[in-house]
Amino acid sequence: MTTGKLTGPLCHAHKKRMTWGITGRMIAMAALVTGGLSGCITLEAPDKPIIIELNINITQEVIYRLAEDAGNTIDDNADIF
Amino acid sequence: MTRSKLFAKLGLAAGGAVALALMAAPATAQRDPAYAAARADGTVGEKMDGYLGIVAEAGEQVRDMVADINIRRRAVYAERAQAEGATLEEYAFTAGCLAIARTVPGEYYQAPDGSWQQRTNAAPRRDPRCP
Repeated sequence: MTTGKLTGPLCHAHKKRMTWGITGRMIAMAALVTGGLSGCITLEAPDKPIIIELNINITQEVIYRLAEDAGNTIDDNADIF
Repeated sequence: MTRSKLFAKLGLAAGGAVALALMAAPATAQRDPAYAAARADGTVGEKMDGYLGIVAEAGEQVRDMVADINIRRRAVYAERAQAEGATLEEYAFTAGCLAIARTVPGEYYQAPDGSWQQRTNAAPRRDPRCP
């Protein structure tokens, strides 16, 4: 039930850690090895679009509380629904 | 005598019908034919967030219509959300749950993975939080 909610942010956080864990360390080591010849750290943009789930904070409790009113709102505004 | 009574009755009946029609008019305002057609032919669909989305390539008229409907939906959501002590997004999302549930076979809706799905006779795929 919560899979849909959690997959996005968790995966994202995981990826982020991985990136810093491996790539970050490698860049730091490379910088040490080259004796600070290169002072730039390049960050590559991910090839997939970053999707920010804005609806994540909406709880089921709130949705259930609003459901009846929202149903009436749809009925009362049938021309735009 | 009988005739005048009959006319009086008819007059009352007609008056009642007119009054009923006037009272019922705002509540039964139906979809604009262009909107109904766009829903039926799959040009537009119901999104999870409570707004109308464009499914297939649409002309300027359809895009304007969708924008107009969404502005009006947003206004209604904002008003009701405030009355219910909820956020606009919470209210809109709830309405989206219901609007998707109310789609009829052939119409399009947005599934939890974000893809457009054509409604069949089966229940639509909705967010697990939907009532």
